[in-house]
Amino acid sequence: MTIYYSEDHEWISVDGNVGTVGITNYAQNALGDIVFVEVPEVGDDFAKGDEVAVVESVKAASEIYSPVGGKITETNGELEDNAALVNSSPDGDGWFFKINISDSGELEGLMDADGYKTFIAGLE
Amino acid sequence: MGAVNNDLLKTPLYSLHEELDGKMVPFAGYLMPVQYPLGVMGEHNHTREKAGLFDVSHMGQVVIKGNNADKWLETLVPGNIIDLKPNRIRYSMFTSEDGGILDDLMITKRENDIFMVVNAACKEQDIAHMRSNLPDHLELAELNNRALVALQGPMAAEVLARFASGADEMDFMSYAEVEICGATCLISRSGYTGEDGHEISIPAQKAIEVCKALLSEQEVEAIGLGARDSLRLEAGLCLYGHDITEDTTPVESALIWSIGKRRREEGGFPGAQIILEQISNGTITRKRVGIIPSGRVPAREGTEILDSADNVIGVITSGGFGPTFGGPVAMGYVDIKNSENGTDVFLKVRKNKLEAKVSATPFVPQRYYRKQK
Repeated sequence: MTIYYSEDHEWISVDGNVGTVGITNYAQNALGDIVFVEVPEVGDDFAKGDEVAVVESVKAASEIYSPVGGKITETNGELEDNAALVNSSPDGDGWFFKINISDSGELEGLMDADGYKTFIAGLE
Repeated sequence: MGAVNNDLLKTPLYSLHEELDGKMVPFAGYLMPVQYPLGVMGEHNHTREKAGLFDVSHMGQVVIKGNNADKWLETLVPGNIIDLKPNRIRYSMFTSEDGGILDDLMITKRENDIFMVVNAACKEQDIAHMRSNLPDHLELAELNNRALVALQGPMAAEVLARFASGADEMDFMSYAEVEICGATCLISRSGYTGEDGHEISIPAQKAIEVCKALLSEQEVEAIGLGARDSLRLEAGLCLYGHDITEDTTPVESALIWSIGKRRREEGGFPGAQIILEQISNGTITRKRVGIIPSGRVPAREGTEILDSADNVIGVITSGGFGPTFGGPVAMGYVDIKNSENGTDVFLKVRKNKLEAKVSATPFVPQRYYRKQK
């Protein structure tokens, strides 16, 4: 299982063909208290970079972009009643959806954990 | 952001915000704290439960002095200022000849002059408006050398009374001058959160000392603009430039309660003909209402309001999540035939059409202090 990171602060944990996607700790911290997550429909197809989900904090709505293309296979139903899981466990229980990756070559444009750490350090 | 921030003004409390690790953002030409480490939700809840301290120094503090200042001010606002008793405060607005709202403001009648608090984004325009429309014998001064903070929440008055005895016995919408930490402060039992509390005008050079003293009380936390917005929205209070603008009249905005009986009879303020006609004949086509979305999805400013046949019947002007209400709340304008409380409406949020209801405001009961007579 390998975890990749996007410049839009999503992570994708890849197991075979299936990627589990969420937002990073940096992202949840910047967004603040999350009150609602609009996840995609199971079965929908997205291209890399498509708007795939929306995170509503007390302050504002923020779009989440798909780090890879593919078909949605599962969404995190827990978020419906408890969107704050994204704040408390962004890289665990606060995952958003699973996606069947159509082209694993798209993962190559993403960062590994060290690369992402350097990336966010440059944003400070 | 650095280059942008160079043009932004800082309030006298700027270094305190930095010390408190406030997240500073541009707002109305100022660099203001949108939140502190406690976060918007925590700050909101803390204010509802205990007491929150807000920096609102970006707002304009203006004094008009001179003979019949109250009478002259009435030529620019529809509120009853002449009959306002000394040390009492009234909410009013500057109206335009078209009946629109140029700004909303708090007006305090003091023994010898009138003290006003106006919105940050409007203050220069308000001052120019007064200079060009009020007679020359009136002296107009902006109190640039004063910070303004709000101490709000159910424990706010009790805390302030530890520094200014009797502050907790002041009536809602009354004014007093007190000494806090050796500084002369102008305190008003008012605010914009729906909670009890005061607004406190402090000499700039003493502002940090006074705020640190207030913050050292265990009930008090520093609160940013994020929570200020969610608090005022839950309290059903209008945000100028969003819920009320030059294009909305006080009647459409559901603010006719702020227009006194005598003013309705006599007129004599800009746009009176249009506004009074709208009051007496009900000739408005849209009205500001509260909106409660039925699910969990907040409807933000700009969201279209639809009827069941998908006709656009209005627009959301303020909307978000109400932490105390426990769900999304909003306000906006709808056509008059859909403005009754309880009317079912729909909100176009992204690709979804969400159910919602027109609802009375406030969404959370206001808890102002009314002195027993």
